[in-house]
Amino acid sequence: MKRLKGLKLSPSAWVGLVMLAIYIFAGIFGPWLAPYDVSSKAIDLAHKFEGPSAEHWLGTDSNGRDALSQLLYGARKALMLSSIVVAITATIGLALGTIAGWYRGWVDEILMRFVDILLSFPGILLNIAIVATVANPGVGVVIFALSVNGWVGYARVARGQVLALRERDYITAAVALGASNRRVMFKHLLPNLMGPALVQMSFGLGAIILIEAALSFLGLGPQVDYTWGSMLDQARTFLWKADWVTLYSLIPGLAIMWVVLGANLLGDGLRDRLDPRQRGKG
Amino acid sequence: MSAERRSIGAFLLRRLGSGLITILGVSVLVFAFLHIVPGDPVDHLAGGEATAAQREQLEKCLGLDKSLPMQFVTFLGHIADFTLGNQCAGGGGDKRTVASRIADVFPHTVWLALAGMLVAIVLALPLGVLAAVKRGTWIDTLATTTSLSAVAMPQMMFAPLLLFWFFLTLGWLPGPGEVGLAALILPAFSVGTHLMAMLARMTRSSMVEVLGEDYVRTARAKGLPESRVLFVHALRNALLPVITIVGLQFGSMLSGAIVVENVFGRPGLGSTLLQGITERNYPLVQGVVLVIAVIYVGVNILVDIAYGFADPRIRRA
Repeated sequence: MKRLKGLKLSPSAWVGLVMLAIYIFAGIFGPWLAPYDVSSKAIDLAHKFEGPSAEHWLGTDSNGRDALSQLLYGARKALMLSSIVVAITATIGLALGTIAGWYRGWVDEILMRFVDILLSFPGILLNIAIVATVANPGVGVVIFALSVNGWVGYARVARGQVLALRERDYITAAVALGASNRRVMFKHLLPNLMGPALVQMSFGLGAIILIEAALSFLGLGPQVDYTWGSMLDQARTFLWKADWVTLYSLIPGLAIMWVVLGANLLGDGLRDRLDPRQRGKG
Repeated sequence: MSAERRSIGAFLLRRLGSGLITILGVSVLVFAFLHIVPGDPVDHLAGGEATAAQREQLEKCLGLDKSLPMQFVTFLGHIADFTLGNQCAGGGGDKRTVASRIADVFPHTVWLALAGMLVAIVLALPLGVLAAVKRGTWIDTLATTTSLSAVAMPQMMFAPLLLFWFFLTLGWLPGPGEVGLAALILPAFSVGTHLMAMLARMTRSSMVEVLGEDYVRTARAKGLPESRVLFVHALRNALLPVITIVGLQFGSMLSGAIVVENVFGRPGLGSTLLQGITERNYPLVQGVVLVIAVIYVGVNILVDIAYGFADPRIRRA
């Protein structure tokens, strides 16, 4: 962790960090900042399909509910889901990757074969297939589906890092002094994985938001109408109602773009800092 | 020469072998979906309001009354005979096998994916080259910002907006439900934008690297016109990594097709997958996932092999 302190970030990484900070702020305080209620009690058909006004800054939806409030409640939903999934996948992935890299042999073989299989086809397909298995998926099912293959990236990063670290003198010294496997992995290896793990978490955050929105958009996510994905779904359903649609689909769309762009900028910047050889790739 | 040929043979065999293992692994995974989600699969698929008779019929059709190993053998058998099994739609009455239903829509998705790649390549190469040549200027900044934003832009916003502008407002292009060359344009742009952005970034960094090479300096020193230096000497060498990405991303075109086909109401693998989900037609869902996975693995192997022929060092790796 020490290496991360005093880390000098590029200007674009700072931009990414600030963008994410704003998103996290909106996610935490959004529901209190939101001017209106978004539950079914707030349905107000007299004011449906409205453009921006002093009362409704970003207009209203097909049920007359405030779009800005939906956006803010949606930020809470997205933040909650993405941070839970990142926490689960990072923990599982780092643990498995560290174990594979440290013990090597058959453990490593089996685990990496499994990783190869999961990486060998589009992840969203797996997520859709799992969510589709359940009749009325709740948030839990979506988290489960996103976690099933989300850990893979962390495992690969951790394994590669551990394979390199295990040859270092301080690890040899720790083993020679009689440190147990568990002690070596927790005290000496894991702390040194945090840098690459942070890069992965940053990219992961953006990817999760996109996939979750795609699931809600396709009607496969939890059935709540103020996630960003379902706002987009609503917008395209009313495509034929003209004007209003452009704004109403831009709001959640730009919000998703904001988060993904911020996460990617930060991820790029962190990666450049930690591994200059990768600079400018991908 | 014969040693060379033997090494190519061994390389091909190794790649095909690992591809087969991967596909077997993917089939196990697809088979396991029904069982890894906690709870009774029939409960999930039939929904709460199903009668006992409906439940029994579904259970029988899915083969859930048999033992787990037997289920898996049957599943593999359906893959081996290329039928992918029968559909278990709740009284849908569609007697086709899963495979023939997929085969009917398959070409639509392939065309969409190819058109999307074409859009991506045609837009990305000039953008990337321009950004590399004008490195550090506002043109470079603009091109980089554009591709970064395009990577982050959700198709769920972009595709409906394209439909809104070019079909509803301007009326220039055909809308949902139509199939034809003109109707392919908007979906192709929706599905290709993401790849376009990735390729443009790739082309830029690859070009920047190549432009610093000695042979480019030599070409310039010889007095060749700048356009010839750029497009013949530099771009040709910069393209190899870009082509690899194009190949590897074919699979992502297929998954992108899920959203895009849905928005544009086009028939294809993606919309069939979603129909399978609404119909609670689980064998169809499994079949589509499997087909997409096999294409994905197959294309990756082809890219690897093509790359192995282009660059002998890779064969040994």
